[in-house]
Amino acid sequence: MATNADFANTLIALADDHLILGHRLSQWCGHAPMLEEDLSMPNMALDLIGQARNLYSYACILEGSGRSEDDLAFLRSDREYKNCLMVERPNGDFAHTILRELYFAAFMHPYWEAAQSSADKTICGYAQKAEKEIAYHIRHCGEWVIRLGDGTKESAERMRKAVTALHPYTEELFTITPAHQACIDAGLLPDLATLKSAWSMTISTIFKDAFLEIPEIAFPQEGGRDGRHTEDFGHLLSELQFMQRAYPGQKW
Amino acid sequence: MVSALAAHDFEQARALSVASAVLDPEVPCVTVADLGILRSVDIIDGVAVAKVTPTYSGCPAVLAIELAVETALLDAGFEARIERVISPAWTTDWITPAGREKLRAYGIAPPGKTSSSKMALFGEIVVACPRCASQNTSKISEFGSTACKAQYQCADCKEPFDYFKCI
Repeated sequence: MATNADFANTLIALADDHLILGHRLSQWCGHAPMLEEDLSMPNMALDLIGQARNLYSYACILEGSGRSEDDLAFLRSDREYKNCLMVERPNGDFAHTILRELYFAAFMHPYWEAAQSSADKTICGYAQKAEKEIAYHIRHCGEWVIRLGDGTKESAERMRKAVTALHPYTEELFTITPAHQACIDAGLLPDLATLKSAWSMTISTIFKDAFLEIPEIAFPQEGGRDGRHTEDFGHLLSELQFMQRAYPGQKW
Repeated sequence: MVSALAAHDFEQARALSVASAVLDPEVPCVTVADLGILRSVDIIDGVAVAKVTPTYSGCPAVLAIELAVETALLDAGFEARIERVISPAWTTDWITPAGREKLRAYGIAPPGKTSSSKMALFGEIVVACPRCASQNTSKISEFGSTACKAQYQCADCKEPFDYFKCI
């Protein structure tokens, strides 16, 4: 039986994925290699941060502890964030950023599709909207992965390096915590095991056109779901949380 | 009793018409009613309760729209409350025919009416130029000035234009 705490904690971990990846994408604003990307990165970031806000707010209601979405986003310590490690990885070059977004979007699309038949009506509503938003991310990032993988010698090499660097982090997307398992059993949230084939299909279809190989994962990189993060995460939080730490309760 | 009911109906209709006339802050050629984001306005215990639904999860205009609807109701002498409705989710299919025509006249190509179909997201779509109606157009950028728009250009009249994305 899923308790409200199980449900809230699982939603917070998912919201953390969205917030942190959204923050990473927002760091490209003004630095993207071309105008379209300077528009696309903040647009995708906006989608992810909007989805994070929905999930945080709903988790706060479920918790009933009086915490707000801002408290969750800005006032926790690194160990309290439960995002997977992939989303906190530094942006690297454009190939890294676009591949990371594709990996995540290819996971969230079947997630939101499945979540539309959740026993919880609020989740159904969020899922209906988010599924369409994330589909755009797959399309946009997928086109870029193909363009770069099937591009120049340099772009193909960078794409391959990004795959080697990031693929070991993808396994953690499918980690099922005990709280999440309780939510699956209660019909509240999708069973992540059933999403794997859709994710693999999306990635392998795009990789085939991009002349990229899917590597074997010898050592999956995990820990974020338990609150164990990479060194880069502290630096990310120092930027993300700066205003609320320096000026507590600041509003604008 | 009859007159009390009639007065209630009259006030409800007036509240609906006031709220319906509020313009979208980012696409000010259409009203919130045209876009289908104002779901209903009811007078409940003397309070005008407007149900509003967000367009995109991350739409920064959501709060601005809610405040604008609330302010319009307050200005018209109502006590007002806004309720955010999540389900059923808004899609571009909620935009009325009149709203679509207003978008086109404003220079924004309206979305196709197939948002539930995957083809609208993954397939190639034909977008007609809002200026000259030519279908000889091409996409310049998947993302535009706001979350809801993409950028296209007409190959016949050469005019670049916004396309309201079909979601």
